[in-house]
Amino acid sequence: MIDFSSVADNFNVIYPELALLIGAFAVLLLGTVKRFAGLCTSVAGLTALIALWLAVDQFGTQQSGFFGMVTCDAFGSAFKIIFIAIAIVTMLIAHRFMIVKQIARPEFYALVLISTFGMIVMANTTDMIVMFLGLEIMSVPLYVLAGFARRSLQSNEAGIKYFVMGAFASAFLLMGIAFVFGASATTDLRRIVADFSYIIYHSGLYMYVGIALILVGFGFKIGMVPFHAWVPDVYQGAPTPVTAFFSAGPKAAGFAVLLRLFMFGFEGVAELSSIFWVLAVLTMTAGNVLALLQDNIKRMLAYSSIAHAGYILIAFAVGGEDALSAAIFYSIAYAIFNLGAFAVVVLLETRSGCRSDFSELAGLSKASPYLCAVLALFVFALTGFPPTIGFFGKFYLFSTAVKAGFIWLAVIGVLNSFVSVYYYLRVLKVSYFDRVEQPALSVSYTPAITLVLLITAAGTLGFGLFPQKLLEFAQSAVFAFL
Amino acid sequence: MIPISAYLVVAAVLFGIGTVGVLTSRNLIIVFMSVELMLNAGNLVLIAFSRALNVLDGHVFVFLVLTVAAAEAAVGLAMLITLYRNRETVNIDRFDLLKW
Amino acid sequence: MFETFYPILFLVLFATFLAFMLVAFSIILGRRTSLGKKFQAYECGITPEGSTKDPVPIKFFQVAILFLLFDIEVIFLYPWAIVSRQLGWFGFIEMLVFIVILLVGYFYVLGRGALKWD
Repeated sequence: MIDFSSVADNFNVIYPELALLIGAFAVLLLGTVKRFAGLCTSVAGLTALIALWLAVDQFGTQQSGFFGMVTCDAFGSAFKIIFIAIAIVTMLIAHRFMIVKQIARPEFYALVLISTFGMIVMANTTDMIVMFLGLEIMSVPLYVLAGFARRSLQSNEAGIKYFVMGAFASAFLLMGIAFVFGASATTDLRRIVADFSYIIYHSGLYMYVGIALILVGFGFKIGMVPFHAWVPDVYQGAPTPVTAFFSAGPKAAGFAVLLRLFMFGFEGVAELSSIFWVLAVLTMTAGNVLALLQDNIKRMLAYSSIAHAGYILIAFAVGGEDALSAAIFYSIAYAIFNLGAFAVVVLLETRSGCRSDFSELAGLSKASPYLCAVLALFVFALTGFPPTIGFFGKFYLFSTAVKAGFIWLAVIGVLNSFVSVYYYLRVLKVSYFDRVEQPALSVSYTPAITLVLLITAAGTLGFGLFPQKLLEFAQSAVFAFL
Repeated sequence: MIPISAYLVVAAVLFGIGTVGVLTSRNLIIVFMSVELMLNAGNLVLIAFSRALNVLDGHVFVFLVLTVAAAEAAVGLAMLITLYRNRETVNIDRFDLLKW
Repeated sequence: MFETFYPILFLVLFATFLAFMLVAFSIILGRRTSLGKKFQAYECGITPEGSTKDPVPIKFFQVAILFLLFDIEVIFLYPWAIVSRQLGWFGFIEMLVFIVILLVGYFYVLGRGALKWD
């Protein structure tokens, strides 16, 4: 009699991932048969929903499998839920857009699912080998997604640029991991943490070189200044739903791994705090200042995403459990309102001949007042006005910084938020007050995108008024940090 | 026994050549090759440490990196072909649609 | 410390010596013929025609890339084969999953018609 219990024990840990993967494969194979090609969208959506349900079911448990290579702790399982939710929202946003732009192919959904699978793998491990693999499983579909509009030169260019930068970053990351491995003779962060002082004492140089290279590699991935040059180009060139996905999913995944590496694995390196101090200030300032100069909404949102990455980097400088939960909270908050903002941009772009320049917003308040109101809500959240979730996220981040004695960091963060008011409110100024000769084209809603707008708006406002639930979620993700 | 520093120097040189290649080359194919060179420098470091420390993890990692690099190269070349069909060039200087 | 490198040095010297010897022997002992055929890319078999800059059909590229992918993924089978007894059924199932993933890729390629030549 064959004993399959060991198999089941291990696969238990990765049920949501398995669901995503099976769904992606089903979509790929169904897409090749003409008769079933129409089913792909619903299959993808359904599997994502099943995966979400499985992930919610798994949340709060603590398991590990595959010889300790996969660890599904509270932190990891929280991010599972976040990533799958982001994937679902992306697919909802994309559906109509892809048809209008004549790039609707089933592969899109498969790629989104596989990329989400990669993100989950990344966040659910303490082993650097698996982190690297997860990162690549996430990134390779993203390269294809950036260049998904095959006939569009801009999309091609975005894809190639993203590919070159991504592969370049991976090489740095690999080198960094190799050096950390050389210093510690293991790739498991738990063992590195256990012997940290011993490792630093005996092969500190290798360790420092490795950590620096890893920081550079992930700096590219999350768009940290001075490794941010690709972000605006790729965000602008990629199809807009893909940009929405970029700004939410991979960013959150990058931060999840960075949190795991630098607030758990290499926490013992005291110098990192001041390095992150400088990086945070550079990133948010550069992002905000460059965003002032943009005339394209997607480009503006790209620079704003750099700035928001800078805010989250504050948590790394501060360190400690509060900062960690603040970073998780802010990642979730940013994903919610940024996806909402991008959903509006996608909706505007489905009108004919729109390239999402600021001038196209003129007269929007007359043509579609509801959409404009929702856009205003997201813009307020991006700026950080109460009572939105953006305000609470920033408040939480800055207050943990102040509590830990990083007063200047908090002050610079607040000043940066004031700078950002200018370019965010420009969106509202153009759409509400700019006069136009001919009325703006009205937008046509679909149930999917309306649902997205409702969910994100409700999240932005609801969690802003009652942040307790989300805060508890973020804090519970910290405590079982393994 | 060859000292670990020798391997590391070779790897550093390879990595440096790759980095310079990515940053300065005008031809996308050469950029791809440079990236592969950088990845292989990482592989060399892994193998060297793995042998010096007498741990197998590094060898396993190199297998995985090799396959990942192949997958990446396939995607990159496919995208290059698409771009070439639309633009008739692989020169980086000509990719200037997206600029700030 | 350089004693460890002596075998390599010896190998380099020997290889150089051998190369020179072989060339020298063929110059000294060989018969000179200057037939036109000697200056072609292939002395026998295919007659070369056209320049090397002629565009090659994209099909070759497609097949080559696909071959590369499937070929390199197989390197996982060898390490697995060595330790398959220790890994037991768990390892077997893992490898089955891996093969199934590759098969899905294969059927996708087949279904999209990437392997059709005409």
